[in-house]
Amino acid sequence: MPKLKKRALLLLVVLAMLPASLYGCTGGTEPTPPGASESGSQPSAAQTGELPPNGNSVTVGIAQDLDDLDPQLAKTAGIREVLFNIFEGLVKASPDGSVIPAVASDYELSKDGTTYTFTLREGVTFHNGNPVTAEDVVYSLERCAGSENEGTPLVSAFSNVSSIQAPDGGHVVITLAQPSLEFLNALTAPIIPKDSGPTIAKELVGTGPFRFVSYAPQDSLVMEKYDGYWNQDKAARLDKVTFKIIADTNALVIGLKGETLDMVIHLPNTLEAEVKDQFTVYQDTMKLVQALYLNNAVKPFDNELVRQAMYYAIDVEAVIDFVCDGAGVATGTSMYPANEKYFLPGLAENYAQDVDKAKELLAQAGYPDGFSMKITVPSNYKQHVDTGLVLAEQLKAVGITAEVEQVEWSAWVSDVYRGRQYEATVSGIAADDMTAREMLVRYMTEDRKNFIAFSDPEYDEVLAKALSSIDGEEQTALYQRAEEILNERAASLWLQDMCDLVVMNPALDGFTFYSTYVLDMSTIGYR
Amino acid sequence: MKKRSWYLTLGGILTACMLAFTVTGLFWTPYVPSAMDKAARGIGPTPAHPFGCDSMGRDVLSRTLEGAGSTLTIALAVLAVGAVCGLVIGALCGYYGGMADALVMRLCDAVAAFPSVLLALVVLALTGPGKYNVIGALGVLFIPSFARLVRGEFLKYRDRDFVQAAKLMGVPDPRIIFVHILPNLWPTLLSGLTIGFNNAVLAEASMSYLGIGVNAAEPSLGYLLKDGQGVLFTLPWCAVFPGLAAILLILGVSLLGEGIRERMGGTAL
Amino acid sequence: MGKALLKRLAPLAATGKALLKRLALLAATLLLVSVLAFTAFSVIPGDPTQSVLGMEATEEQIATFRARHGLDLPPWERYGSWLSAFVRGDFGQSFQFDSPVAELVLTRAQVTLMLAAVSFALILAISLPLGLLAARRPGGIVDRAVTVLTQITMSVPNFIMGIGLMFLFALVLNWFRPEYVSLEQGLGPHLAFLVYPALAIALPKSAMTVKLLRGSILGELDQDYIRTAYSKGNSRGSVLRRHVLRNAMIPVVTFLAMAIGDIMAGSIVVEQVFSIPGLGRILISSIGNRDYPVVQAIVVLLAAAVVGCNFLADLLYRVMDPRIDGR
Repeated sequence: MPKLKKRALLLLVVLAMLPASLYGCTGGTEPTPPGASESGSQPSAAQTGELPPNGNSVTVGIAQDLDDLDPQLAKTAGIREVLFNIFEGLVKASPDGSVIPAVASDYELSKDGTTYTFTLREGVTFHNGNPVTAEDVVYSLERCAGSENEGTPLVSAFSNVSSIQAPDGGHVVITLAQPSLEFLNALTAPIIPKDSGPTIAKELVGTGPFRFVSYAPQDSLVMEKYDGYWNQDKAARLDKVTFKIIADTNALVIGLKGETLDMVIHLPNTLEAEVKDQFTVYQDTMKLVQALYLNNAVKPFDNELVRQAMYYAIDVEAVIDFVCDGAGVATGTSMYPANEKYFLPGLAENYAQDVDKAKELLAQAGYPDGFSMKITVPSNYKQHVDTGLVLAEQLKAVGITAEVEQVEWSAWVSDVYRGRQYEATVSGIAADDMTAREMLVRYMTEDRKNFIAFSDPEYDEVLAKALSSIDGEEQTALYQRAEEILNERAASLWLQDMCDLVVMNPALDGFTFYSTYVLDMSTIGYR
Repeated sequence: MKKRSWYLTLGGILTACMLAFTVTGLFWTPYVPSAMDKAARGIGPTPAHPFGCDSMGRDVLSRTLEGAGSTLTIALAVLAVGAVCGLVIGALCGYYGGMADALVMRLCDAVAAFPSVLLALVVLALTGPGKYNVIGALGVLFIPSFARLVRGEFLKYRDRDFVQAAKLMGVPDPRIIFVHILPNLWPTLLSGLTIGFNNAVLAEASMSYLGIGVNAAEPSLGYLLKDGQGVLFTLPWCAVFPGLAAILLILGVSLLGEGIRERMGGTAL
Repeated sequence: MGKALLKRLAPLAATGKALLKRLALLAATLLLVSVLAFTAFSVIPGDPTQSVLGMEATEEQIATFRARHGLDLPPWERYGSWLSAFVRGDFGQSFQFDSPVAELVLTRAQVTLMLAAVSFALILAISLPLGLLAARRPGGIVDRAVTVLTQITMSVPNFIMGIGLMFLFALVLNWFRPEYVSLEQGLGPHLAFLVYPALAIALPKSAMTVKLLRGSILGELDQDYIRTAYSKGNSRGSVLRRHVLRNAMIPVVTFLAMAIGDIMAGSIVVEQVFSIPGLGRILISSIGNRDYPVVQAIVVLLAAAVVGCNFLADLLYRVMDPRIDGR
């Protein structure tokens, strides 16, 4: 039976984060060694430099459950992040966000931008020991394009694919319907053994530096070093990694303090102070855009003046201070700063808090005394709930009474995101890869994922042009124009790319932040 | 023979203090509980903020007051729903008996077979979180225990001479139920109410602690406790004061209930 | 000894009919619970499909999913097929996880039951000696100390107790690692870990039991037959043990039977504090994800456990006190 699930191109990143604290981030992406600010902290057992009793293994705390492990479907960012270690595509992400060859050793793009020819790397094997053949690659890519899903692509960029062929055992040729420079990024899609589709979510067989061992729902996922990894220079340093699923942030803290966890990714800012004496803290941003998303189809948010007034009424820096202890980065539009090629830093300054101007705009729009509204937030993501509370306080100043309503995640997905039955919501939206497409296509009028119902003819035109452009510079300029439109029209109140904290046992090193939403465990090891 | 009941005295004083604290919270708090002060983030108890501030710079005293008010309102409302409905159902079933009685009691057994916190969680899964949903869910689930309590007492009384005599004299049934029998139930009802109150506080706190309860905009003690637990080592006051308030509230009422039972000799549950 | 047991069991046989009737009532209660659980989940607004299929599911995918899980059938048909499968041990398929509900629920049920059992054992271990101690010299220092202690302990909600125990013993004193130890890792370590969460559940309940036992013993001591026992030259200790305790235990057994539901509920809350992978976590996440087959199964299983335990307590009750006839 084919999997009837469809991958979300843009993923809503769901990370529990608590509000900011007085202590907060210590600044910079340089790791902070444990006890940096305290003089008399005692060295923990983990700091002695010897391997822990469990051998060359670590336990990583993650907040999100991995309920569907189909690597090509990768329903949420949290799943993708973990599976990054087990699967590889023809190409894979590198820390700076560009893609580097993986299962393919080389590729060539035809001048018209429609034909990609990949040379397969010699000596790449699956975790079951079998070498990767052109047949496996064609099967995998066809599955991404929907061969086992009644034609609906599992990876939406594959809707542009017109044919996938293997002219000989060493090459694979992909032909596109529309020219696209960005399609290469979609080829990070995992390569799996031929005909393994029906079982892949249970028996994960890939080509990555780690091989899958076991998964227990709501409990843990275990993976071990794959000795036959093709790139011995980048082989895993650890023998075993256990991802421990701990949905409750309070339990994460207990796990860290009790040293049953060696590492936690996406730790909420408030909890940093609780554990920084025992752990090394790494800090970066999450590579997503958090915003007060407004439903442009309902009154009064259909009025541009109202949206702009609200943008002037709020203080984004204060939100960043309260929720991320000042370590988030204001975005001003639907693009995150790590995507340097497209990010426009100046946009965030366009709506500096100006309560008088906000009142004036509201009066112009016909709401001199403000109005009442409802901010619907998913209850399981505390950082969004807290952001909603901060915004509600700020909006009081211009007479807007905002009621923060918490709903269950599934209700949020069905009512807010899919059903568009909401007024305003706080959420974070992340991209799979470094293309601008990922963050911008969704605001085209007819796009199925345009959950804020934004509609602007100029925006649609600019993006349509950008999508089919094969001139890199022109494309970048067009995307940036689109970002400006989102800011000018105040399509939503774009807030920030939130602070991302990773804490790790000080006996470990080698952690690197990627510019996309992945976690690379292969470089981590004991000193 | 009876010595002075220190249960009643102590319970009365403690309950009065906690009620005063809570009721104050319904009308006045030193700061707006939801107001955030950047400069006050994470500060400990000071004269300006006797209970300290949380990580968003909100005054913990104000939040505890508001939370206690929230918890008290919920507990009382739950009790009102449960006790009034339970009383009517129990009285009717106990007094008339018969098929309807058997059926209703079976339904009550089915509901009571299940811990109320769990059932309320399931009900909230259907309705979504929020103060009124919590009240509705818990209120309905508290009906069976009161109904059974009242029915049992009515069974005791309905064949007594004074009831039979009243019937023979043609006193209408409602009058017999509410004027002749009901007053005899007071001791039992009162101690039942104190136990019910504590169960309601406990259920609400547990549910909010599990994250399926009130909204963040109207925090209750259980919610504050969950919120504060993660920072117990660095900002202990965020969890300790709401926790203490919950414990003292329950302690006061349970002592009071004990005292009432001692004095009036109601049936222990 | 055997004869004595037979003698004890004789009245049980006499009330066999009454027990059968109770058993039938028990089945009826469970059936009612299953109907309530089922209807509750078929009338709710909202839909599991979205949370399962992800945010970009198309209308056709939703229709196929609904057909596959039988969501397009009328409710009574779904109830019928669900119930008949349920009694055969097939609890259906989870919406959220691609696996049978039975597989998800049964291993976790074992954890929760174990926690509840340890809690129950702790309640007995704590409350019986303390109750006897307090009743030995009513009004004495020990009695007063126990009374004050029980009053205070009774007022601490089990999850607050759990947080306290966790922080004190795991993080400050380092007596145990705050990581769940499963049964597969050995019974000893499993129990050694479960003692702490079980204590959080047991302490408040023990306090109530102590109080009840003390009152009930003091009540029994006033009875005539006790004076007779004394007059035959029995010592106070032997009277307490041989005559009083058994009768005094009757209300305690009733209380404990009624407390089983609370202990189960307590397990589910305290599991969250100690991150124990029992029924609590999956119940809460399934509620959030509208994974109804899982919620239904847990509701019915827990109800069965509670009702079953009450029935056993009833049985025990009859063995202990032959005076009770079938009501």
